[in-house]
Amino acid sequence: MNGRRGSHLFGGVQDSAAKSVGVAALSTVVVFAVLGYLIVNTPGWTEFQQGFFDSGEFSRSLPSIGAAFLVNIKLFLLAEVFILVLALLLAVMRSLDGPVFLPFRIISVVYTDFFRGVPGILIVYVLGFGIPSLQIPGVTIDPFFWALVALILVYSAYVAEVYRAGIDSVHSSQNAAARSLGLSRAQALRYVVLPQAVRRVIPPLLNDFIGLQKDTALVSFLGVVEAFQRANIISAGDFNFTPYAATAVFFLIITVPMARFVDWLVARDRRRQMAGAGAR
Amino acid sequence: MTGRLRPALLAAIATLAMVGCSSGPATPTPSPSSSNPNPSPTATGPGASQSPSATGTPTPSASSTGLVSSECQKANLATKTDGRLTIGTDNPAYPPWWGGTPPNGSDWSLGFPPSGQGFESAIAGAVATALGYTSDEIDWTPVAFKQSYAPGPKPFDFYLAQVSYSAKRAQAVDMSDSYYDVNQALVALTSNPIASVTTVAGLKDFKLGAPVGTTSYDTITNVIQPSQDPSAFNDQNEAVKALKNGQIDGIVVDLPSAFYMRDAQLTGKNTTGVIVGQFPTPATGQEYFSLVLKKGSSLTSCVNEAIALIRSTGVWQSIYAEWLADKASAPAFQ
Repeated sequence: MNGRRGSHLFGGVQDSAAKSVGVAALSTVVVFAVLGYLIVNTPGWTEFQQGFFDSGEFSRSLPSIGAAFLVNIKLFLLAEVFILVLALLLAVMRSLDGPVFLPFRIISVVYTDFFRGVPGILIVYVLGFGIPSLQIPGVTIDPFFWALVALILVYSAYVAEVYRAGIDSVHSSQNAAARSLGLSRAQALRYVVLPQAVRRVIPPLLNDFIGLQKDTALVSFLGVVEAFQRANIISAGDFNFTPYAATAVFFLIITVPMARFVDWLVARDRRRQMAGAGAR
Repeated sequence: MTGRLRPALLAAIATLAMVGCSSGPATPTPSPSSSNPNPSPTATGPGASQSPSATGTPTPSASSTGLVSSECQKANLATKTDGRLTIGTDNPAYPPWWGGTPPNGSDWSLGFPPSGQGFESAIAGAVATALGYTSDEIDWTPVAFKQSYAPGPKPFDFYLAQVSYSAKRAQAVDMSDSYYDVNQALVALTSNPIASVTTVAGLKDFKLGAPVGTTSYDTITNVIQPSQDPSAFNDQNEAVKALKNGQIDGIVVDLPSAFYMRDAQLTGKNTTGVIVGQFPTPATGQEYFSLVLKKGSSLTSCVNEAIALIRSTGVWQSIYAEWLADKASAPAFQ
């Protein structure tokens, strides 16, 4: 979308470009002004504002929620590393041809169906409360660790499907050509198919990464005080929902730049495709 | 015990309400029971206390009856539904605050608020009776804690679920006078070294937890000030699970809930619970439970009147004796 608007703005006649900018600005101002007016003049606006966007409450809760947000950051950075590896393994297992690989394909399919289909919170509970209750000597009972494992298991299932879509999108002639050059099946996968597949799915991968960041709040169900649970604590103490708005700010600071980065990647990819394979 | 006392109690409250119309002296008779009635001072509001160690005190007399003022009687109250009172509480409804057994098909879990059993169910019923509502004019509705203070219209006339008063909270909702003065306590497994701690300072190095958003959690952070980050659980049951797993060394909850944990939730072979101690009254003043009402509700002054009435007539004391008197004593932390 960005690319199209850009070419229209700068490629068109000067007058019409100026006119578009004017219309865009006017329509934007009007739409937001009307929306703002309608919302601010609802009967419960004052109460709503005090309950959700109280500035004093906001600035009071911001520092402690920020400190707790470090737990979320640690969690999603650690989890993402393992997710990317485990999911790739699952996707490759599923894309293996030949009767001998059937058990691997079965494992991959069952794994993906299960962990994608079951609510993440159940996995968090079963691992976080269930495994420690088994009292296995030498096995950690740390809720942070088990929440990490739960997120890795759940998100690997989603990400494996993204990888698989990428692998499937590489035309089979690529593989055939690689094999005809004398590459083994594994080499063809490693040097020809996967590089193309992964590059194509970077935007959806980042999309899942953003989803993961927000789902780090699931760790709170095990008692770990991360940003969301800190907001819960302050909110219940003060009977005010503003701490959640403060929490949202931290998530936005991380996710919005990432979303723009994904947009940029998509746009770049489109430009390259338009330019033809020769540009690479 | 409960079965014997309850009808008498309700009769007493009903009598109170009826004599309200005439000005004659009331003679309700809260039944003396075999348990210790353990009366509270008749003071209401923040200053009242339960005197947890009192034993063998005589049954309070309920003869000095004042009634709620006429503007606080059913016909003059602006409730959600005319002529009916809607009372909300959290679900699951935990004992000993809520008793009874939810019938099949009921949405309620653990306790059954309409049963009249359990301290808060009885208190809510007594307040309703004092205002002139019969038990079949009460609608009970499950309300999540967060919903109780969400801005906008409330799904209840009043809400009670062990909500402690604070000035900050009272900016968002109306909070009634005290219907129970509460102390916080620490529950642990007998097998954990924390079980032999006798001082607040001795608790510092343990991993502690509490239900999220509670004054119990505040007790950990403000009073104990532990060296390890405390855990905050979304539900009492999850805190108990973590305690059994050894993920935390102790749970801070209000004292009556501590008894429920010890006696009902921590009775396994290797998971015997103990109330390690109760915490001294905080420097900020006695903590107490309030009914929650919509900010500016016309009902607030009336439920305060009703609470004062049931305290002064001995109804409160009988309810306390029935549901909480045996859950009042625990060693105090130094």
